[in-house]
Amino acid sequence: MATKRGHTAPAKKSGASAKRSSFGKSRAKKNTTDQNIEALARAVVAMAEDEQDPAIAIPTRSLSNVAYNEKTRHVEMGGNKQSRNFFNYGQAKRFMQTMLVASKCKELIAINKTASIRQIYYMAKHTIKGTKEKTFDDQAESDPIIEDLEVAIDSLREELHVFASNRGNLAGPITLVDMGNTLDCAAMGSAGYAVPSICEPDMIKFKKCGAKFILHVEKDTVWRRFHEDRFWETHNCIVSHGGGQPARGMRRLLRRMHEELKLPVFVLLDNDPWGYYIYSVIKHGSINLAYESRRMAIPDARFIGVSSFDYDRCDMSDDVKIELDASDIKRAKQIGNYPWFAKKKPWQKEIKKMLSNGFKMEVEAMISKNLSYLTEEYVPMKIKDKKQWLD
Amino acid sequence: MTETQVAPPDKTETLTTSQPELPGDPDSREASVAKAAPKTTGRKSPVRKKKTGNATAESMAKQQREISISEFFAKNRHLLGFDNKRKALLTTVKEAVDNSLDACEEAGILPEIHVRVTQVKDDRFRVTIRDNGPGIVKAQIPNIFGKLLYGSKFHRLKMSRGQQGIGISAAGMYGLITTGKPVHIISRTSPRAQAHDYSLAIDTKKNKPDIIRDSAIEVDWDRGTQVTIELQAAYNKGRQSVDEYLELTAIANPHAQFIFYPPTGETIECPRGTEELPEETNEIKPHPYGIELGTFIKMVKETSAKHLGKFLATEFSRVSDAVAKKVCKAASVTPQTYMGSVSPQVAEKIYSVLQETKLKAPSTNCLAPIGAETILTGLLKEIKAEFYTASTRPPSVYRGNPFQIEVGIAYGGELGSDKHDDVGEDENGKGKKDAGPGQVRVIRFANRVPLLYQQSSCCTFKAVVETAWNNYGLSQSKGALPRGPVVILIHMASVWVPFISEGKEAIADYDEIRKEVRLAISECGRRLATLLRRKKKKADYGKRRDVFTRYIDEVVSATRAIATINKEDFRRNLVALSKVYTAQADMEFDDHGKVIKKKKPTDGNDLGLQNTIVVNRNSPPTDTAAYDQVGDTGDEETAPNIADAPAPGMLFDTGEPKRKRPASKAEKSKRSGKKAKKKR
Repeated sequence: MATKRGHTAPAKKSGASAKRSSFGKSRAKKNTTDQNIEALARAVVAMAEDEQDPAIAIPTRSLSNVAYNEKTRHVEMGGNKQSRNFFNYGQAKRFMQTMLVASKCKELIAINKTASIRQIYYMAKHTIKGTKEKTFDDQAESDPIIEDLEVAIDSLREELHVFASNRGNLAGPITLVDMGNTLDCAAMGSAGYAVPSICEPDMIKFKKCGAKFILHVEKDTVWRRFHEDRFWETHNCIVSHGGGQPARGMRRLLRRMHEELKLPVFVLLDNDPWGYYIYSVIKHGSINLAYESRRMAIPDARFIGVSSFDYDRCDMSDDVKIELDASDIKRAKQIGNYPWFAKKKPWQKEIKKMLSNGFKMEVEAMISKNLSYLTEEYVPMKIKDKKQWLD
Repeated sequence: MTETQVAPPDKTETLTTSQPELPGDPDSREASVAKAAPKTTGRKSPVRKKKTGNATAESMAKQQREISISEFFAKNRHLLGFDNKRKALLTTVKEAVDNSLDACEEAGILPEIHVRVTQVKDDRFRVTIRDNGPGIVKAQIPNIFGKLLYGSKFHRLKMSRGQQGIGISAAGMYGLITTGKPVHIISRTSPRAQAHDYSLAIDTKKNKPDIIRDSAIEVDWDRGTQVTIELQAAYNKGRQSVDEYLELTAIANPHAQFIFYPPTGETIECPRGTEELPEETNEIKPHPYGIELGTFIKMVKETSAKHLGKFLATEFSRVSDAVAKKVCKAASVTPQTYMGSVSPQVAEKIYSVLQETKLKAPSTNCLAPIGAETILTGLLKEIKAEFYTASTRPPSVYRGNPFQIEVGIAYGGELGSDKHDDVGEDENGKGKKDAGPGQVRVIRFANRVPLLYQQSSCCTFKAVVETAWNNYGLSQSKGALPRGPVVILIHMASVWVPFISEGKEAIADYDEIRKEVRLAISECGRRLATLLRRKKKKADYGKRRDVFTRYIDEVVSATRAIATINKEDFRRNLVALSKVYTAQADMEFDDHGKVIKKKKPTDGNDLGLQNTIVVNRNSPPTDTAAYDQVGDTGDEETAPNIADAPAPGMLFDTGEPKRKRPASKAEKSKRSGKKAKKKR
């Protein structure tokens, strides 16, 4: 799995002037984000003046504060907010860090440049005057602060001019315009098209699409199998992967292709609780970024495998079994209890089957039969047979 | 003598058995002894070879004679605390001062004791102790100072410092042995009487005083006794020194005033802390649980009571006529039994019945504890700490002897100044274990007399070690004293303090005593823990403010980068808020981590603990701070001259509020306290 630590995307920086125009469309919104940050700061100042403990209200990003909306089939963020107070021993540092990150985002907006989350970390990191303490010790401290800020001022990451590293690739008969360059994703070489962190319409436009559906696989290695076998060509589809749990860029792009190009999305993941959760994230949205569900979730996505029943169905050998450990069992049960899984009998059966199997399988297990079994038999069979899909 | 008695008559030291033995019984231990005996006799020459033949019973009898006690102690001076030069000096001062204090208190006089130690030459010192006591009648002077085991205290069960009456005369004897100089005594019983001037030597063979000079003399003091002893000694400062002894004595006897002139030339004054003499104690009769069979039989023989019932009811504590009847009945004798006809067997029977009879504990009015309040006074004037607490246990009994335990704890202040000053946060100093605070100092007292030697064999010391000090916020390694800037005072008051040896240095280890000490320690320990917890909390708040202060500038500049704001206003507001949110640290913050008492106490010390004083030793006292407490004696002249004022409104659980000491002068003396203590 790729790390979350996004190093710079030099192309973007050098093309700052080009970007300016690309951001032009959302100028109205950009001002709002700018104003939101300022409002946040002024509120803090006002509280101090009022002899109140300066605080920032941050919507809670945890399972306790998400709800499954059965109508939209999205995981949505609830109304719970946590107050981040400056005069709280445990929160003082994070409060200071939030203000620091906010000031850096404001700065980015003002000069109309974007920065990676790692760059933000370096921008905000310095030694506090008169001490040996650093404002940030690790990027792991600044990343969640950026997400906190997003929810606190109800802005999207790109509106804060922050992006994450590129993660995920795709290949297939689709032509995109990215930063003014027209790219044919069927002719992108062995690595395919690298999906950027920000895939908003003003960044990426769809020019032409001959694909009939999208096959999203879990990781790079599996994607390469499909790419090498030119699966997208033979089946006239787009094959993508997200490097584990897909980042926001990948999810946003999938959603846009699904929505704007009306392409059905099929998902092929490992047969383990982690795979179940990736599916749940693609379909309904993630718990951590529940506020993004409305523009990222693909409620009509379908899970085609690998299912716990496939071991018997495909007559697999014992060698592909990976024993479940305690944390797998715990996680599987937890996922089974998520409201968006709880009422789906086929999913309950699937999870029960995995638990009764006592083992998990990777997508690569299918390759153990023969190298092209996955691309030539298994997936085509799965896509054809609607009964084997899981909702 | 039986046939197995085979030792030759000249081998008198071979203590052979006189019991009839069965020589054939190999399993009998006695038999083997008996068998061994003929073996030795078989060898004509004993193991020990002598130049001049073996002694006979007759020849030995010539050498056997009475050993005078004086002679015995002259040879065994270590038993009385004259083991070495340094200790000899201390013991001499100690015995004289103890006698002076006892005499003054018994006469109802507030003691004022002058101690002068002058160096005559290298290891020869002259010790002079003068008190303002009642003086000694001329005729008794030679006996008291020139005869061992002569005194008023041995024959009674009463709480007093001295017990056996060997102390001062032993000191005089030591002086005589080491320097050849007699003891010099001047005593005056009233301003109208003339002072006697005696020079005495002890005839060590006869245990009799040898009067060298006997004359009248003019002195410039009204009443009292002055003893001068010249002896071989060594003067040092520090632990187990005369200085320490006087310091500790001053703590336990704040009603006494000491003026010490050490050979180094300065004058050390320990001013009086209270005008109250210790309560007078009553003499008590022995409690049946506390006497041994031999003593009991002796009492049976010597009593003036005619009948058994009367004997029991009059000679013992807590034996009423009814109890006496019950005891007699249980022993199957009538209370009317004539005392002359009580056989040792009957006496033994009665004795064992007495031991099993449920008796009330002895009355405790024979005890005069120092009292929590007075302990605080003593500690306050001699030890510059910031926290003081004391506790007096209710009286208890060991082996029929009533006793009472008191404990005082002083913490912090100047105690820790030469080491680490905070123990509560010892865990922060990880990796520097040796650099941590030193072990606590335990000061032990028996009937107000400091015990300076044999600390580790003392019952009280063991109780300190076995207390789980970690619970009270002090670090402690297993089986050792806790560490910290702490002085622990332990006092045992009893009609008979069970010392381990005649040197009177350590209290014997009775379960009852140890338990009482432990209970008293934990009571004080809990109060100390309250203080330490609070200190820690304050330090935490201090740390908190530190954090806030550190981040304020960051927040201000970040906010300024976002919006056009008044930077200074914003910072000022934040700083003000940080003070509000860490207000609990304020007391701490301004004063180097020390506790400050509240300006206007509501109900006593700010910890709300009984018998506890908290003193701020860092900031100068403000006028309103310390002296709301007005003494009702109103007499400025007799106001106690304590070096430090107690915190206002200290609470006493015993004693009425009218006993509050006046503190009007104390403020001034607090400022000049150190100067007053050591005048050049």
